[in-house]
Amino acid sequence: MKMEQFAFKSRVWLAGAALAAALAASPAFAVTPADTLVEGFAIDDIISMDPAEAFELSTAEVTGNTYDLLVRLDLNDTSKVKGDLAESWTVSDDGLTYTFKLKPGLKFASGNPITAADVAYSFERAVKLDLSPAFIIDQFGINGDNVTEKAKAIDDTTFQFTVDKSYAPSFVLNCLSSTVGSVVDSKLVKEHAKAVTPSDDHKWDNDFGNAWLKTGYAGSGPFKLREWRANEAVVMERNDNYWGDKPKLARVIYRHMKESSAQRLALQNGDIDVARNLEPNDLNAIAGDSNLTTTSAPKGTVWYISLNQKNETLAKPEVRQAFKYLIDYDALGSTLLKGIGEIHQTFLPKGDLGELDENPYKLDVAKAKELLEKAGLKDGFKVTMDVRVGQPTTGMAESIQQTAAQAGVKIEIIPGDGKQTLTKYRARNHDIYIGQWGQDYFDPNSNAQTFASNPDNSDDGKVATLAWRNAWDIPDLTKQTEAALLEKDSAKRADMYKELQQKVLDTSPFAIIYQQIEVAGISSKLQGFKLGPSFDTNFVSEVSKE
Amino acid sequence: MSAVEQQAETRGGNRRALAVASGIGRFLVIAATTYLGLLAVTFFIGRVIPIDPVLAVLGDRAPASVVERTRREMGLDLPLIQQFWLYLKAALNGDFGTSVLTTHPVMDDIRRVFPATIELATVGTLIGTVLGVPLGVLAAVKRGSFIDQLVRVVGLIGYSVPIFWLGLLALVLFYARLNWVAFPGRLDIVYQYTFTPITGFYLIDSAWQGQWDVFWDAFRHIILPASLLGYFSLAYISRMTRSFMLNELTQEYIVAARAKGLSERRIIWGHALRNAAVPMVTVIALSYAGLLEGSVLTETVFSWPGIGLYITDSLQNADMNAVLGGTIVIGSVFIGINLLSDLLYKLLDPRTKVR
Repeated sequence: MKMEQFAFKSRVWLAGAALAAALAASPAFAVTPADTLVEGFAIDDIISMDPAEAFELSTAEVTGNTYDLLVRLDLNDTSKVKGDLAESWTVSDDGLTYTFKLKPGLKFASGNPITAADVAYSFERAVKLDLSPAFIIDQFGINGDNVTEKAKAIDDTTFQFTVDKSYAPSFVLNCLSSTVGSVVDSKLVKEHAKAVTPSDDHKWDNDFGNAWLKTGYAGSGPFKLREWRANEAVVMERNDNYWGDKPKLARVIYRHMKESSAQRLALQNGDIDVARNLEPNDLNAIAGDSNLTTTSAPKGTVWYISLNQKNETLAKPEVRQAFKYLIDYDALGSTLLKGIGEIHQTFLPKGDLGELDENPYKLDVAKAKELLEKAGLKDGFKVTMDVRVGQPTTGMAESIQQTAAQAGVKIEIIPGDGKQTLTKYRARNHDIYIGQWGQDYFDPNSNAQTFASNPDNSDDGKVATLAWRNAWDIPDLTKQTEAALLEKDSAKRADMYKELQQKVLDTSPFAIIYQQIEVAGISSKLQGFKLGPSFDTNFVSEVSKE
Repeated sequence: MSAVEQQAETRGGNRRALAVASGIGRFLVIAATTYLGLLAVTFFIGRVIPIDPVLAVLGDRAPASVVERTRREMGLDLPLIQQFWLYLKAALNGDFGTSVLTTHPVMDDIRRVFPATIELATVGTLIGTVLGVPLGVLAAVKRGSFIDQLVRVVGLIGYSVPIFWLGLLALVLFYARLNWVAFPGRLDIVYQYTFTPITGFYLIDSAWQGQWDVFWDAFRHIILPASLLGYFSLAYISRMTRSFMLNELTQEYIVAARAKGLSERRIIWGHALRNAAVPMVTVIALSYAGLLEGSVLTETVFSWPGIGLYITDSLQNADMNAVLGGTIVIGSVFIGINLLSDLLYKLLDPRTKVR
């Protein structure tokens, strides 16, 4: 505090000094306030702070730090969950009813007590609003008409959740640990609910506080959200009503910065404490700086190329196989992806239940040529690839273009803006797509469903999984994926996912290349800064400053 | 214009009033059609770009049912013409819609981001003018000399070096190495809690509130990006000044002034520059208007939350309400600045003075 006053006064003095003299005097090394963590972070993906609506990566981090859940991912063993607001829970013998007992004496940041009714209301509004993440709860046979029956308070501290099938408990609990299960302060939210005229799309007479909660806050996490200014900053402050260990710092500021090199400069100059969007060369420079360190954690995001099966050439099994041999995994891993990704060819990211750590494919042009010849494509063929501009996507695409050319496959790269390539991909108008997939919630089903199931391959199929986007018709795998959901024994369930991954690895039109590693450059003054296994587990309450 | 006025004058006051009214009327008609054209073009271009606007609202992971419902809610299932008509109707009532990216009404957003750009552009243009005009004059007077070559090189670099690269280089030198200036954004994080902007122009707000430490901090943040913009407008302004001055210096009235025995300094700064100033106003005004559009790259490099960045982000996300709102504002700025430079013309040039 003294230090700050001193800095304050010296700035007043400086302001008075003549411009030229002051410039020449070269003011002291910049410092961030001692009780505040300042992170440079690209936060332009945020569209809403309402946990019933938000589904973006930066928002997940803020929600994870500002809201509590019934159960939370256990960071010591990410194939399990542990109680957050819930002290304990039981599953009925028929596997349909989950009963949660809340910890006693819990309070929201507002001071209101946390009761089972708040939990029930949180589920009710998420389901009735029916926004992007609502399907995570809907998939248990819950909809706007039955949610108040399926997710209800028995008494002040007992909450009951009823599902439609006897699912694997690990699946249900993992889904409840995602941000859509965040518990909101029902009293506060109801005060801000806006009346609306019911329509076919929204059958309810109010907006469940959604308009207000887009920028508002009604949670109980270690931090409370003070404000979000789009494309400028997100500010969080310590929540003194938090039930667990209080955060060490009073404030956390995410400052919007898009450029990797700009983040690096600001970090080196002490204007930010953490740089979050670093490219490999800036990361290297920071690793070599004695005042700074780096940290990293693998995230549940995999990068892949996929072949549209509507293209007759790409639909041949040999061609699908050949592409997997035409990617120079080793070269990509040691250059472009160094520090930000590790080679990973199966669809479940490391850390998931049932992960399969097998990377059988290597660049093998001779083998690929042999496969192409078998498919009757001895002289190769021409094909296009939609690539969003920016690294590492462009670099990867160019590398693949080069290695594929060695087998006579001429790839024409169509560069585009992210939303543009995505629009085309979602309409199934591409040949080859290169991009990433982040799992929706921390359970193997999330990626299994998208990579290995496709219930309706027709053009107006309602379940637009990645398999559907690439027109990969797989009734058998779809059934297997559904069966894995109902396996109650976690070990057996894990084995089923291993089998699924093996089949996708062998036959799918997906060549999965690497799993993303999230990196951060941090000031060595910081202690306790850690990145978590998912975007909603990058907790900052343990962080302190020297 | 002047013919109309002369006529009006000879036929008495009533006619003159009529002429002024018809002038204003003509301006309004032109402005209205300009706006309509601007909106129509932006609207239809925005709709034909191959980006699904629903993606901007929902992101990639929304289930199909939600996507369909949102499409209906956004009115995207209606015919294009009808969409445009609905937009126009709302806009005429002052409702420019809500930005899907920031969730705020578009005009609120613009009120927030535009002052940042205006402040930056104003300081930049000031720097460019204060340095550019004298440099241009000197280059014209001492034609072929060292200073002329210098202006030429400065201009050439200003035209050809990408601002993005120069900006990063300047950051490395002045911010990272020398520590002379501050970065990123408009203010240090410390002041986030001690300073409440009123107008959104931080330099003015802080000086007005007597918070000189904030003023100093804002100054340290603005000076580098503004200098950079200033450099680019300097390159343009000095070249133009040089050629206008060369033109004036060959005129007969200069010979007459010399014959009268006026000092060279008075001839150049008092006579030649005064005449060259008239077209200069347009040059400076256009360069200022150009900067007001928001220099996207500068704003990106310096994390400056201005309108250029806002519109670009919106366009990339097919956030059409924000793009249209931004277009209207920038269009108005252009129309306004043209009008203003017309007025300045009349002040500076006695021949066009309204009597």
